[in-house]
Formats: sequence, structure tokens, C-alpha cells
Amino acid sequence: MTRNPQLNKHGELIHLLSIEGLPRAVLHSILDTAGTFLSVNDREVKKVPLLRGKSVFNLFFENSTRTRTTFEIAAKRLSADVINLDIAKSSAAKGESLLDTIANLSAMHADMFVVRHSESGAPYLIAQHCAPHVHVVNAGDGRHAHPTQGLLDMYTIRHYKQDFTQLTVAIVGDIVHSRVARSDINALTTLGVPEIRAVGPKTLVPGDLKEMGVRVCHDMVEGIKGADVIIMLRLQNERMSGAMLPSAGEFFKNYGLTQEKLAHAKPDAIVMHPGPINRGVEIDSSVADGKQSVILPQVTFGIAVRMAVMSTIAGNNA
Amino acid sequence: MKLLIKNGRVVDPASGRDESGDVAIAAGRIVSLGKVNPDFRPTRTIDASGLIVAPGLVDLAARLREPGHEHEGMLESEMAAAVAGGVTSLVCPPDTDPALDEPGLVEMLKFRARNLNQSHLYPLGALTRGLAGEVLTEMAELTEAGCVGFSQADVALADTMVMQRALQYASTFGYTVWLRPQDAYLGKGVAASGALATRLGLSGVPVIAETIALHTIFELMRVTGARVHLCRLSSAAGIALVRVAKAEGLPVTCDVSVNQLHLTDMDIGYFNAAMRLTPPLRQQRDRDAIRAALADGTVDALVSDHTPVDEDMKNLPFAEAEPGATGLELLLSLALKWGEEQGIGLGKTLAAVTSEPVRALGDALGSLSSSAGRLVEGGVADICLFDEKARWTVEPAALKSQGKHSPFAGYELPGRVKYTLVAGHVAYEAA
Repeated sequence: MTRNPQLNKHGELIHLLSIEGLPRAVLHSILDTAGTFLSVNDREVKKVPLLRGKSVFNLFFENSTRTRTTFEIAAKRLSADVINLDIAKSSAAKGESLLDTIANLSAMHADMFVVRHSESGAPYLIAQHCAPHVHVVNAGDGRHAHPTQGLLDMYTIRHYKQDFTQLTVAIVGDIVHSRVARSDINALTTLGVPEIRAVGPKTLVPGDLKEMGVRVCHDMVEGIKGADVIIMLRLQNERMSGAMLPSAGEFFKNYGLTQEKLAHAKPDAIVMHPGPINRGVEIDSSVADGKQSVILPQVTFGIAVRMAVMSTIAGNNA
Repeated sequence: MKLLIKNGRVVDPASGRDESGDVAIAAGRIVSLGKVNPDFRPTRTIDASGLIVAPGLVDLAARLREPGHEHEGMLESEMAAAVAGGVTSLVCPPDTDPALDEPGLVEMLKFRARNLNQSHLYPLGALTRGLAGEVLTEMAELTEAGCVGFSQADVALADTMVMQRALQYASTFGYTVWLRPQDAYLGKGVAASGALATRLGLSGVPVIAETIALHTIFELMRVTGARVHLCRLSSAAGIALVRVAKAEGLPVTCDVSVNQLHLTDMDIGYFNAAMRLTPPLRQQRDRDAIRAALADGTVDALVSDHTPVDEDMKNLPFAEAEPGATGLELLLSLALKWGEEQGIGLGKTLAAVTSEPVRALGDALGSLSSSAGRLVEGGVADICLFDEKARWTVEPAALKSQGKHSPFAGYELPGRVKYTLVAGHVAYEAA
């Protein structure tokens, strides 16, 4: 297991498990490919035949509507057959082990698994144990990674800002528990962003995060000052009260993005959010719906990026 | 049965003996060491040319998974693994199912082990009933049944009041309490806090989970006078605290496992569940401190922390995988590897797995205390004969243990056990 398990011996992407460790060229290539798919989404017949005859299984061990839907749309636009399995409610509840589930689905001639799981690393286990022709896409594993979200965020940033190498990017909120933040940080560092700031209270943004190449800020204004891009993270319900944070209201007061705070960023700064947003918790409605918000374009780009990821890995053999 | 071991290099760490010589054994005991009277008429002679003749290894942490986890390791297979690894005395933690909290369970385990006629088995009794951390066990009864100390295994004792009372009660009768220093709340993660856990999104166990627990234990030792053996230290900061406590004169001993001696959290790589261990693997400077502390005597013993885990329980996402690794058959080789790399002599290396663990056991071994873990005339003939130069590659499938998971799979290690003698009979002979 010394080789990066998502690359074949030629260094080509066969699974997408994490952005960490992927070469910059691979990231740009996926973003370029996504650009060509954007136009497909504008056509009257929104389909290309790249995955015709292939079966894509959406394996969601953890609930998600948005991500699963965008993967489903992306696969269908590539002409694949899509099977959605809500495993959180079926096999796992019956006590079937993860690898037994995978073995059974492999016997149904799956070509690609899109996996979401509550445990970090679960897609690696699946990638190690599925047949060599099967590709695995990580659709979010525990706190570890959400690489397609990371890539669509990069697509969005490249779309609005072109050059990564002059940017200041602030990521705000619950970073320690966020797979989106980890994938964004890995992608931003790989693409050469010189200043990445992680902003939030010490319970959600511990000093350890420095190890990932970010500047840790506990003050919101200091964190977003002069930023070109602000990525607000969703605050999960279970963090809103208890030992992580006293209340959603207090979080909003300190770290919620309002027009007033946004004024400290660059005038042309864009505001991003992986969704679904909590209005009045991490972001004020006037910002979410404001002219600097690119939250809805992110969703549109997300389909093109997921098409690019699936068609790229399907074209490379183990 | 009279046995003669000829022409070996006899190494006894306790006495410092390291010389070529013979060992004569009769009625389960060593009758002479070095020069054997020519009148001695053995029924069997073992040619030990090129081999080290050392005391049988004493492992202070080996889970045999009985009672309760028979599917993961039957007593038979794990006892066979022990002698294949040259381990002739085993201390077993009480985290069986049910926990070893009643004399009947301990007697049954000792009885089953005795019938197998292999390594000596020394159970630790549960410190609290069911390891639940609420009610003390019948320590005197358990001691009579054969327990050599009392432990919470890997179950943290959250209630400090209960811990104080357990230490008070145990010290009343002179029993040693074995504790793994871990804060019940801070110790809940699955990997050591640090860059790797942060990157992989694994919940972290900070070093303070160990040091806070150590401070608590030492304070309680000061007021109760209890003797404590600390299990599986994992951090440089923890080692430093133990060093201070020992200098102060507290009656404390401690051990580390082969895993912490050789590995770091970087070995987790891409979520390798074989590296899912308790305590979690820490960083390079922690490993360096552990290696140095075992060499300078701050750490008393090296243990295998043998924990056979079922295949199904490892083929899970990292955090869900059951912690533990097989270790009995690797203990000697991993001790030798450490000794080689640290540049310390063979005698001192072997002391960490023979005489020193017996010293940590104190007088709990009763009549065996004077001869376990050492080679002495008149002492019990627990002997390990091994080829120090032979190197072998760890292939988990080839191990005798039912636990086929080792973080050291594929490692080439020094030292191969050729014969293991328990109380004078040949319990293991390499094919």
C-alpha cells in the first residue's frame, strides 16, 4: 500500500478518494474537462454517451439528498444507468457488513460506486476490496474528504478569479469536523493559493490545523480581511449546543457572515457555501442572496465537475 | 525426563551470565549450568551450537480471548503461539467476556491452561466488577484463585473516587494495581492527535489523555501507598512523568508494547486498520522517548500486547475496526530488532522480556518469583533457544495465533525460536 491507491501505475486517476496527494495537473485536467461539460447542461438534449452501458451505484451509508441528486444527474447525463441505494436504511440496518454489501453489489456488475459514509476512510476500504474494473468515487467520508465538493469549489474559484496564485481564501466555521474544508484546503494548497485562513473558535478550529498549511484565525474580521474568496461552512445541528458552542446565536454574532463583516474582504470577493445553508446561523440572508454570493452557480458547476470526475476515472484502467 | 542442552551460548540477563556452556535439566528444573557433570545421563540431548540459550520470555500482556472470544483465539492456538514465540509465562488482562471478576472464572482458565501443559498463565483479576468501574471485586478470593494483580484492562476508570478506593483496598493487602493511564473522556479517539489524525479526519487522542491520568494515579499513589504497574505508555510526556515519579521513590513500574516501540501514526498510511491499536500510535519523538526509556530502565518491561482480532473485525473502516494486533510470536524478534538498532547488548535486550517483567510482577509469582525469567540452578527450566542471526519474514497467515493481523506483516525480523522448554519439557520445536 505504498502507492497512492487512487492512481494506477501510470499515475492516472482510477478512483477519486481524496484530493490530497493528487498532482496539480490532474486537478486542472478535471476542471478543464468540467468546462467542456458545462455546455452539455445547456443543450436541449443534455446527454453525452461516455458512460453508456455502465452501471453507477450510489451507495449512501449516510443520508444526503443534494450530493446524491447531483451525482445521479451527472451520471445520467453521461448516459450511465444509475442505481440509488439508501443503505443507511437497508443492509446496514440488517447487520450486513460493508464489504459484504460491496461483494453483493459487485456481483450485480457494478462499474462505479459513488460512496458516502460516516466513517473516515471507508471508501479506501471499498476501493481495496472491489474488482479491478470497478471505480470508486468518494462522495464524503466522515471528517476526511469530500473531493468532488473540493473540485467544484475550485472550479467556481477559477471561474471567477482565474489565477489561484495570488489569492487569499478564508474558510469559516466548523473546520475540524468538515470534510469539505479538508478537501478545499488540499485543493487550494495544491493549486498554489498562497494564503488560506481557517476561521472560527478554538473548539472548531484547533491549532493543529496549521499542519495542513493554513493560517489559523480566531477573529472573524482578521480572518476575512482582504480575502478574495470566503467559504462559509455549514454548522451541523449537533454542534450548535453543548461543549463545542454554547448556541447558534452566539456563533452567528461572532462568526456569521453579514454585509458589515463582508465589507472587510476585497470589494470583489466571492462568497461560497457547500449548502445546505443555515440562514442566520453561519450566513445572513442578505449575503447568501447578495451579489457577491456564488452559492447557486456552485451547484450548477457541481454537476459538470462530477461528470468530469466520473468520465475521467472510467477512462483509466487499474 | 532428563535433558541436556549442549554447546549453546547461555545468556542470563539477571546474573549477567553470557558464555558458552551446557544446561542440564531434570524433573523440570535446571540442575546445572555451564559445566555439566559428565555423570549426567540425559534421555535427550539438544545440540544448541550456534543458538542462544536464554530464559523463557515473560509477557506481561497477552490476551488469550478466553472466556468469551473463542472465535477469535482459542486457548489452544494462542498458547501454541506463545511457545512458538519462546514465551513461557503469560500475564493475561481481565478483559475477557465475562471479565475475570470471579474466582470460578480464574480457576477455570488456570485449569484449562494447565491441561494444555504449555506456558505458565498468570491472570490479572478485574479491579472492578465487570470492569464497570463501580464495585470492587473480591481481590483476596481472586488472588487465592491465582490472580497476580488487578486491572481495568483498556476500560478507563472515570470515577476518581472508585479509583482511590480500589488503590486503598488493594494496598491494604499488598496487591499491585495495573492501570493503563488514560483519561476516560479525552481518551475516546481512534488515532493520536497530531498532523496525521487532522489530515485523515480521525478523532484524536491527545497526549494529555495520558498525562492527566498519570498525574491522577501518582497523586492517588501518594495518599494510598498503593503499588501500581502502568500499562502501555504511549507518549514522551508520559515517560517523563514516570521518570520523575520513580525518582521520587513511588512504587511504580511500567511497560510499553512492541507496537509503540517500532511504529508511529505515519504507519496508518491510507487508513490501514492493522495499525488500529490501543493506545494509538503516536509520533516520532514519542517513539524515540519510548525506545530510550526502555534502554535506560525508566520503562521496565516490553510486552507483546497480544490481541487476536477476527478478520471481520478488521475489515472495517479504520475507526470501526477493532483495535489490536497479534504479537506473541513477534515479541522476541521485535525486542532483538530494538536491541540491534539501539546498539545495546543481547543480555540487556533480553532483560526487557525476561528478568525485568518478573521484577515488575514483584512477589506475585510466589515460589516461582526467584527463578522465572532467569536461568538459575535449582530453578524452573523455562528456556528459550533461538538463532539470533536467522532472519525471517512476517507472514501473518503462517502464524499459529488465530489473530492474523500484524502491523509488521512483511517485515524481515531477526531471531528465530528453535526450541521452547516449559518446566523442563519441550513445548515447542521448530520444524
